[in-house]
Amino acid sequence: MNLAYVSNLAISVVAASTPLLIAASGELVAEKSGVLNLGVEGMMLVGAIAGFATAHQTGSALLGVGAAALAGMLIAMIFALLTLSFLANQVATGLALTIFGKGFAALLGAGYVGISAPVLHAIPVPLLSQIPFIGHVLFDQNILIYFSFVMLALIAWFLNKTHAGLILRAVGDSHDAAHAMGYPVLRIRYAAVAFGGAMAGIGGAYLSLFYSPLWSQDLTAGRGWIALALVVFSAWRPLWLLVGAYLFGGITFLSLYIQGLGIAVPSPLVSLLPYVGTVVVLVLISRDARRIRLNQPACLGKYFHAVS
Amino acid sequence: MLYRLEPRGERSLFWSYGSPVLAVILTIITMMAIFSLLGKPPVQGIETFLITPISTASGLSSLLVRAAPLIMIGAGLALCYRANVWNIGGDGQFTLGALAGAGLALALPNGAFWWEYPLVLCLGVLGGMFWAGIVAFLKLRFNANEILTSLMLVYIAQLILVWLVTGPWRDPQGFGFPQSAMFGAGATTPDFGTTSIHLGCLLAPLLALVLWQILARSVLGFQLRVVGQAPRAARFAGFSNARLTWIALLVSGGLSGLAGIIEVTGPIGQLTTTITPGYGFSAVIVAFLGRLHPVGVIFAGLLLALSYLGGDAAQINLNMPNAITGIFQGVLLFYLLGADVLILHRFRRIRPSAPEAA
Repeated sequence: MNLAYVSNLAISVVAASTPLLIAASGELVAEKSGVLNLGVEGMMLVGAIAGFATAHQTGSALLGVGAAALAGMLIAMIFALLTLSFLANQVATGLALTIFGKGFAALLGAGYVGISAPVLHAIPVPLLSQIPFIGHVLFDQNILIYFSFVMLALIAWFLNKTHAGLILRAVGDSHDAAHAMGYPVLRIRYAAVAFGGAMAGIGGAYLSLFYSPLWSQDLTAGRGWIALALVVFSAWRPLWLLVGAYLFGGITFLSLYIQGLGIAVPSPLVSLLPYVGTVVVLVLISRDARRIRLNQPACLGKYFHAVS
Repeated sequence: MLYRLEPRGERSLFWSYGSPVLAVILTIITMMAIFSLLGKPPVQGIETFLITPISTASGLSSLLVRAAPLIMIGAGLALCYRANVWNIGGDGQFTLGALAGAGLALALPNGAFWWEYPLVLCLGVLGGMFWAGIVAFLKLRFNANEILTSLMLVYIAQLILVWLVTGPWRDPQGFGFPQSAMFGAGATTPDFGTTSIHLGCLLAPLLALVLWQILARSVLGFQLRVVGQAPRAARFAGFSNARLTWIALLVSGGLSGLAGIIEVTGPIGQLTTTITPGYGFSAVIVAFLGRLHPVGVIFAGLLLALSYLGGDAAQINLNMPNAITGIFQGVLLFYLLGADVLILHRFRRIRPSAPEAA
């Protein structure tokens, strides 16, 4: 097993992990503010088609990414309006967002099946990309892969080291106390949901503009749901999100790899791996109910209605 | 802000039934707007979507055929949601039910026993129960979130189906198409006369009515209501949460499995790679639109079935993608969830002169 082979392997794992990492980091921020948005799958699909269509029309993959972020944010606002202003149940509304997003993406994408769009190209980082092995794996990639790392670091810093992050966590842990202290609970939550939507949209655009650069109706194949499971897996800590996303990227890659080897395992059974893996990981992580209770934002999924 | 939400302090009976009606009206208006945005005449569009499909006798029977699985799955989900169990894996339980029953139907020589068909149905129910039972077990034993596990099991069931129809169960005479052999006459859901209406169309509302009676008259139904509406009270009363979770998931899994086996032995007639167009997710809307009540589920199931037929009609007559069905369903659920705020709250106008947050 030579070095080039191992580095190609590592690159494939990075490629499979990135959409999960981007979507999950957005959801992490939303959940930290106390909002459980189960619509990640729908937002990713809308982002994927918005990005693909924009890239096709304008010829710029980067504009596509921008459009995906905007589209994800806009559709997340429907969710925010219903759950935050109309006090709708977050679980049901998130499901509605996924159902609507799937239909909406399929409608928008009806004219884009079988068409190609510009893809995201690798942008080597000067000097760093010259480092043997690591340089090729981590610093000779497309912009969204860098983006996923930078955003995760920013989110970790924001949540743990800044005053604004502290307020956001306070809103998620006790909206009544935060409200009593004069913080605008709803406005903060709107912002967090919008951020989550933008990130999910970008995660979708990564799929349609780089990972499998063609539009198909079920492009995300459950990745939005896996991203949600990752947030639970991480126990709402950014660093563990990275570990989880790469674990799943590894599993996804492994399933592709086994198929490529031509071993006599039927391909549908190999494709099961990421989904079975999600269940197994959820079971292992959730077994300790106290740990989940201690780490989960205390107001996650609860609605807030200021009396005065 | 000109209006402010204000708690009513009680449930509004009017709005708990008025909200679905309001949601349907708003959805129709929104759909008309979407039709005109897409360059189609809005009135003709909505007519094609909601009226054309059921303007003929054969259209009406297709409506019942489409509604049968939605009602069966929806009734089970209504039970789950009452107990605060978020089963969203109806499609997985549907698929596993279809696989369990189909396995027997394909293994037995045609017309082996007269009770082959009932046995196939029973296996379908058991298959669905098994798949939902995994969710219950993981939730109760390991505290695993049922939303995520039930959903992952949808993908897993679908991939098992694809594996079976492309591998072990592929019809040797099927020219290599990914589908099983047709089921024999001994394992086929009977139709009524020359229509496409089958046994399931009768069974679905019947089962919903039975479920309604059980919920309305038994201690179990009472316990489910308490657990859903006041979990703390239920704990003090000593109701076993684990037992209710098991019951809710097994019943809903069994109903979804039954829907699955009836669908493949009836309208489809064989196993293919796509046996559900997302009934399990639409049934979530059916359950909410039907106010988590089995009788409401029957009406809601009919409406959602219509949205499937409407999507097909829009595709054929208006040359639109049938994804319009998903839009209709998503928009409907959005409006419903938004309108539900009126059950516990009212909008109070804030007079400009009055100081806010007094």
